[in-house]
Amino acid sequence: MANSAVAATALRIARTGRDVLRDVSFTVPACSVNGLLGPSGCGKTTLLRAIMGVQAVTAGVVEVLGHPAGHPGLRRRIGYATQTPAVYADLTVAECLRYFAAVLGAPATDVDRVLADVDLAGQRDRLVGSLSGGQRGRASLAVALLGEPELLVLDEPTVGLDPVLREDLWSLFHRLAAAGTTLIVSSHVMDEAARCDRLLILRDGTVFADDTPDGLRAATGETDLERAFLQLVRERETV
Amino acid sequence: MNPTITAATARRVLTQLRHDPRTVAMLLLVPSLLMSLLRFVFNDERAFNHLAPALLGVFPFVVMFLVASVTTLRERTTATLERLMTLPLGRLDLILGYAIAFGLVAVAQVGVATGVCAWLGLDLGGSLWTVLLIAVLDALLGMALGLLVSAFATSEFQAIQFMPLFVLPQFLLCGLLQPREQMSQVLHWLSDVMPLSYAVDALGRATASADMDAALLTDILVVAGCVLLALALGAGTLRRRTR
Repeated sequence: MANSAVAATALRIARTGRDVLRDVSFTVPACSVNGLLGPSGCGKTTLLRAIMGVQAVTAGVVEVLGHPAGHPGLRRRIGYATQTPAVYADLTVAECLRYFAAVLGAPATDVDRVLADVDLAGQRDRLVGSLSGGQRGRASLAVALLGEPELLVLDEPTVGLDPVLREDLWSLFHRLAAAGTTLIVSSHVMDEAARCDRLLILRDGTVFADDTPDGLRAATGETDLERAFLQLVRERETV
Repeated sequence: MNPTITAATARRVLTQLRHDPRTVAMLLLVPSLLMSLLRFVFNDERAFNHLAPALLGVFPFVVMFLVASVTTLRERTTATLERLMTLPLGRLDLILGYAIAFGLVAVAQVGVATGVCAWLGLDLGGSLWTVLLIAVLDALLGMALGLLVSAFATSEFQAIQFMPLFVLPQFLLCGLLQPREQMSQVLHWLSDVMPLSYAVDALGRATASADMDAALLTDILVVAGCVLLALALGAGTLRRRTR
């Protein structure tokens, strides 16, 4: 499976006695933008944490870039942005990025590159704590871009952004994929699904659909992905 | 472990403090303020000389415990710790980075407090440097314990309450209020396993005579050992993988 960046096999994760994910198997092709979609609480964040290797797994295997998830050799190769922005509120944007660049051993010039990528160059000397919610999320995304990782795992990176910025970020994601990066981007809004090369839709802790947007449209006969999703839900419930 | 990452972490913690001048001012001045207050409460140089050396260790111990436990709890509860655990940063890099940053703050804090005490008439004998060393070790001990207990707090309310829980018993039993030899067997035994007792003993000895004798050296080594032990245990509480 040389072309898959991430592969999960029969993954099961139980937390506090309840199965958050069960029998989840999928592969993520390299150099593509992959959407992880599904309603709130369906297990998206838990799955992303399992890919990052910070989530204890009950059963099954997650393989990332040819290593078991959490392998120390992966720590420079994956960029991760959690749902709550993981940045220090009492540092300026640039200070914060410089710190994470030092931890990664990334060149100092990387700070300017990622600031431009997320359109925060004008805020570089502002305290993170004084930024708006959307700006803070982009600062956290900028940290994930440091060191040009091969795989980007982004948990709801576009929440709270205006349409223009959202558009900018999605074109950034596609530019990165074209340059050879694999992206896994979670979202709970279906209108972002159309921007992805592939979709993995979770529902109640299982894989509900694993297809391209076109494949999903063809299977349901709907042009709108949100309607396609609802159509699938109805079909499965009547079976 | 990687010295570059450790140094970057220490620099980051100090930069965070620099953006919070009110906290820096309090860190530097509160122990001195309390010592001044103590001097005027006694209004008697002899009584002040009796208690001040021990408190020179106790006040930084308390302040650092609080600051360290809240800072590291914040790192744990915001997603920054989870992010750091996915990066090529060793757990010791993080703990030692904190220790270096707060250690430097402790040196400044104790330096100011000692200077103020000398000005208030404290007679440090010939052992100013030993007193400084022990007081900085006390501050580091407070920091290391604060780091450690922050792992057992899930909210800042809990972290703050660990101060009376972990610090005040040590204060009551360290020999300041009542000589340890005069306590009941159980209390004496308890005070024997509390690191602050050794710190206060050491400060008492260091101000009583200028000589570094075996008893003083033992006290210092016990305190230093406790600092290292608490830091190691603190590093052990950082988990890369959680449930």
